[in-house]
Amino acid sequence: MKDNKHTGMTLIVKTVTRWTVLLIMLYGWYITFFGHLSPGGGFAGGVIVALSFIHIILAYGKDFVAEKISEHLAGILETTGGLMFLTLAILGLAAGIFFKDFLGQGKVFSLFSGGIILPANIAIMIKVGFGMLSAFLCLILFSYQDKK
Amino acid sequence: MIISLFIILPLATVFINSIIGRFVNKFSDVFVNIVNFILVVLSFISLYQLNTYYNKIFVYQVGGWAIPYGISIVMDHLTVFMLIVVNIVAFLVGLYSISYMERYTEKWGFYSLFELMLAGMNGVIISGDLFNIFVFLEIASIASYALVAFGTERDELEAAFKYIVLSSISTGLILLAIALTYGYTSTLNLADIAKTIQSSDNLLVKIIIFLFILGFGIKAAVVPLHWWLPDAHPSAPAPISAMLSGVLIKTLGVYLIIRVIFNVFPLYPKLLTIILFLGILSMLVGVILALYQWDYKRLLAYHSISQVGYMLLGIGLGTPLGILGGIFHLLNHSIFKSLLFLTSGALEYNFATRDLRNYFYVSKTMRNTTFSATVGSLSIAGVPPFNGFWSKLLIIIACIESKNIFAGLVAIVVSILTLASFLKVLKYGFYKENNELMEYKSKPEILNKSEVPFLMRFSMITLAFLCIILGVLLYPEIREVFLSKAVEIIYQGGLYKEFILK
Repeated sequence: MKDNKHTGMTLIVKTVTRWTVLLIMLYGWYITFFGHLSPGGGFAGGVIVALSFIHIILAYGKDFVAEKISEHLAGILETTGGLMFLTLAILGLAAGIFFKDFLGQGKVFSLFSGGIILPANIAIMIKVGFGMLSAFLCLILFSYQDKK
Repeated sequence: MIISLFIILPLATVFINSIIGRFVNKFSDVFVNIVNFILVVLSFISLYQLNTYYNKIFVYQVGGWAIPYGISIVMDHLTVFMLIVVNIVAFLVGLYSISYMERYTEKWGFYSLFELMLAGMNGVIISGDLFNIFVFLEIASIASYALVAFGTERDELEAAFKYIVLSSISTGLILLAIALTYGYTSTLNLADIAKTIQSSDNLLVKIIIFLFILGFGIKAAVVPLHWWLPDAHPSAPAPISAMLSGVLIKTLGVYLIIRVIFNVFPLYPKLLTIILFLGILSMLVGVILALYQWDYKRLLAYHSISQVGYMLLGIGLGTPLGILGGIFHLLNHSIFKSLLFLTSGALEYNFATRDLRNYFYVSKTMRNTTFSATVGSLSIAGVPPFNGFWSKLLIIIACIESKNIFAGLVAIVVSILTLASFLKVLKYGFYKENNELMEYKSKPEILNKSEVPFLMRFSMITLAFLCIILGVLLYPEIREVFLSKAVEIIYQGGLYKEFILK
């Protein structure tokens, strides 16, 4: 890895990023997990999670994240999200009907309620988050190769 | 139960293949083709089930939600007809791609996109409500944009970009029409819409139908809206050209036009006249533009426009015989056009060019390809006893029967022009005279071209065989279980809502 201090933006931006990025990601998780109780859901949460990664890329330079999560790995994780969602649907098929809600409603307004909506939201979050991240990584990858 | 597998299997293949396929070398070749084969078997099983157990229409409620609220999956004879066409072509094209796509990198990516496109098409066919149709239409379209640009050469990217822009206009129009429909009827279920809209006197209904025809017309490449096709279809890799011309324009275009016009909105004769006129225009313009092409794949792409015109002509007549001709031509065209695109791929595989004048000594060195291309050309030109002849004959008889002598004449003239243009293909591309070849006798590298790999030949020969025997579908007892019932669903459009909402 190259000298970390001289890639990306200034020290102020890096410090602020270091302090806020986990909060942003936590907010994304919150939006996802409470998607069935309050406005939000898997798509919105996934976008926020992806933005937290993109935030790091913008502040610390492209190598910093690209070394830890390559666009290859992001693609695999994205696919896993899609597979999780499909698995939920197929589990419903095992319970009788495609996409059947096999978990039951639960106690209204508690976190673990609303049947398969919560797991479906998590699957969508992974799919959307890593999908957006891999799209972003692909875009910066092209400019990187051009400079060489 | 079986009907939902048409979405589950290809989608699961996409995800599993893009995880495992990137690490294991030959995995996607085997896995994807096995899944495609299972889909073919399943589509025949669903035809059997529909004829044996269910009474005309089988509705499956996703998640167990009742009709106006939930997503419904509908299986009727038109659906099963389309499923059989799409999955057979996809299976054979998938086999062909095993050898053909060796030249490209990231083959697993190709197969993932291929299955995604197949999932989109199957989804469009079996969906029973407008919004799901829209979602699957977008899935199939977006996969096809990526597949057109798969080679990432300059031409391919340009064609893909043009395709994206024009296709996005089409999906925008379709979405607008869906929004207006929802505003007017407060439902998206096809049968429920059909129940709510009783007459088409309302101006808004006319606007909605107009927008739908415009949107699906761009997807089907009907003539005033055909500009994207001659760039997009030749630029894709040959198996994808076969899928795009063979089944994609029919599923996203012709099938949805049929579904929306006949089954959802109340039918009025003026609309059929418009479809008839669009069909005649497409036939003429497509074939005239095709006549002077030297690029083999571009010529085939223009012929796709012309042949879609035949289907619309048959459907636009509105008589049972015309509709039978139209959908039978849909089946036949998907067989012979994918066959012809596969032969163009075989020639490109050996000669690395698409110009007909640059092919030499083909009939001597590539016998199987030449045989398949000859059968395909004669089928598309409507020479008996190949399958194209029977559907064109039905359409022409239907024209004369319903006193549309002009349309029948145009159909005959276009058929002759098609024959002329394919005689050119056969003469220049495959059977060259000896004296033209003399100057190449001295160049052994041209004469030593060998036949393409076995799997490519297998797909082409199977499709050629289908071209020869498919006329048998018109034999009364076979027609009763397969084609006639699909025609019944279209012709008696009201049956659809009655059976779903009973």
